[in-house]
Amino acid sequence: MDRSTYSRSRRMAPFVAVAAAAALTLAGCSSSSGGKKATEDSSGASAGKASTPRMTVALVTHQAPGDTFWDIVRKGAQAAADKDNIKLVYSADPNAGNQSNLVQNAIDQKVDGIAVTLAKPDALKDVIGKAKSANIPVVGLNSGLSDWKKLGLLEFFGQDETVAGEALGKRLNAEGAKKAVCVIQEQGNIGLTQRCAGVKKTFTGTTEVLNVNGTDMPSVKSTITAKLTQDKSIDYVVTLGAPFAMTAVQSLADAGSKAKVATFDLNSTLTGAIKKGTVQFAVDQQPYLQGYLAVDSLWLYKNNGNYSGGGEQPVLTGPAFVDKTNVDAVAKYAANGTR
Amino acid sequence: MSMTQHAEPAVTSPPAPGPKETDGRTAERPLALRLLARPEVGVFLGAAAVYVFFLIAAPPVREGAAMANILYSSSTIGIMALPVALLMIGGEFDLSAGVAVITSALTASMLSYQLTMNVWVGVVVALLVSLGIGFLNGWMVVKTGLPSFLITLGSFLILQGVNLAVTKLVTGNVATDDISNMDGFGQAKKIFAASFDIGGVDVKITIFYWLVFAAIASWVLLRTKYGNWIFAVGGNKDSARAVGVPVAFTKISLFMLVGLGAWFVGMHQLFTFNTVQSGEGVGQELIYISAAVIGGCLLTGGAGSAIGPVFGAFMFGMVQQGIVYAGWNPDWFKAFLGVMLLGAVLINLWVQRTATRR
Repeated sequence: MDRSTYSRSRRMAPFVAVAAAAALTLAGCSSSSGGKKATEDSSGASAGKASTPRMTVALVTHQAPGDTFWDIVRKGAQAAADKDNIKLVYSADPNAGNQSNLVQNAIDQKVDGIAVTLAKPDALKDVIGKAKSANIPVVGLNSGLSDWKKLGLLEFFGQDETVAGEALGKRLNAEGAKKAVCVIQEQGNIGLTQRCAGVKKTFTGTTEVLNVNGTDMPSVKSTITAKLTQDKSIDYVVTLGAPFAMTAVQSLADAGSKAKVATFDLNSTLTGAIKKGTVQFAVDQQPYLQGYLAVDSLWLYKNNGNYSGGGEQPVLTGPAFVDKTNVDAVAKYAANGTR
Repeated sequence: MSMTQHAEPAVTSPPAPGPKETDGRTAERPLALRLLARPEVGVFLGAAAVYVFFLIAAPPVREGAAMANILYSSSTIGIMALPVALLMIGGEFDLSAGVAVITSALTASMLSYQLTMNVWVGVVVALLVSLGIGFLNGWMVVKTGLPSFLITLGSFLILQGVNLAVTKLVTGNVATDDISNMDGFGQAKKIFAASFDIGGVDVKITIFYWLVFAAIASWVLLRTKYGNWIFAVGGNKDSARAVGVPVAFTKISLFMLVGLGAWFVGMHQLFTFNTVQSGEGVGQELIYISAAVIGGCLLTGGAGSAIGPVFGAFMFGMVQQGIVYAGWNPDWFKAFLGVMLLGAVLINLWVQRTATRR
């Protein structure tokens, strides 16, 4: 008897706590103060709305959940869709087989156009053929620069990862770097590997690759620290995503290293770091532009028969450098989550 | 040496009223053999072997700074491996532990930022949310009688989705905003993410927490009634209930303990990195579970220790960072990790078999 009342009150306590927490969280959502309102006020570009008939476009990417980069691609695509009177259907799966099913899903929905990333082109070959035989125009974006024409896509918007890496390597030469470590946060990812290979190709100093566990920030931090301790001659740390650059900055402090940090891709925290000088520069492939152009190009094709790049050449969205000289102009867009 | 202190009472006082009488606890054996038979001694030898190996293979490991870094890496795994191990001794396990860390960090960060409140408000609410998740996991396991694998696989997926969707809904992005300039941040950073200069070496506070928590967990497990309950519910739930052990309370509280650990590590991450990415944490649960298993906790429950997972986590940190200190080809990183861990587990197993053989 005694014990049951004891354990009941013990059991109820956390329940009450959860309810209280939920209430507080709800109160938080409805609050008008803080950063949320500011984000809403300024989010995205707005350029009126087209009066063309409503159409539907599917954007199918290989995004892994929770990646800040793809969030920006999607925002660009949404901005173009809003302007062009397009209903945007977004779906994503990092597994190539699943991504191919999602493209098939779009075909079944009889969409007016498909924009797709080609991280694993071979896996998407068949389904893209099906889209073409269903007379649905398909454009490529982000990854697949060497394969989009082979697969018969209309046009392509993106950055050549190798070219971007090469550009960064040249920049390192100009900065007078001697030894760089290129940090890969997802072992086996082709795009990331190509970036580091590009750096290695043009950088006249030594380039070493370091694999880290990207889903666990404390271990990313320790591993970069370990590398800097093991090899004191490293004078540049190159990361392949903005959040990892911020972590690398902390590793430098831990290891007491004087090395500098450069990165691929941007976000709002990173622009602050470039302003402060803790990160030297970022290579931006303009993900917003990739999403925007891919969707907008399908509108242009449907309503005016246009091909960007004439159907022959890809449209390059990067590499664009962001450093101390131009960071102010970029920072306000990054704060909106669109750069 | 602290290990023998913990091991000895364990040998002389069987923890639970009859969960198991197997691992060489018979009185006539020599002390050395009896010690060797304890799972944490096996893992200690494994960890020592890995340590010596890297001491030889990777010169930087010999320096204090490298050791501090390795211990830091081990501590963020180890703090979670402790409650995960206790839960496992209690016969259950939790697949949602990895993403729960991120849930906690996201809650604290977004709540304080959105309401523009002192970050401590977020920290406290995150604690309640984390304990609540643990409570729900435990409550469902106890009420339904389903395997915790299924229940927590469900909560793993739910949390993964909620982390992403709510973050996107609230912040408009998939990562939280920087809260480092808000009130209370400095204070909280001192508590959850401070570092000290000890003899010119930068030592992170999580290392101390890890060891203190391990000592507390060991004491609870070996010297308290609650510790006996844990062994009892993990060994045989029905006979435990028959002798008056509050099975539901014990199991639910163990899940809540995992929530507490997730909160702590989540706060450390938030106050170290200022922002949190909502997609992180996936896969970490397996590392916590591995550290506990290497540390001698049985997947079937009823056996294990709190000190074993400390060495299990150390082994993970040591191998993960040691490979980098050794400057080996990074393509082999994961393979090295796997081979070293398997090797360590085999040493562990061999030591136990040899010691318990008659």
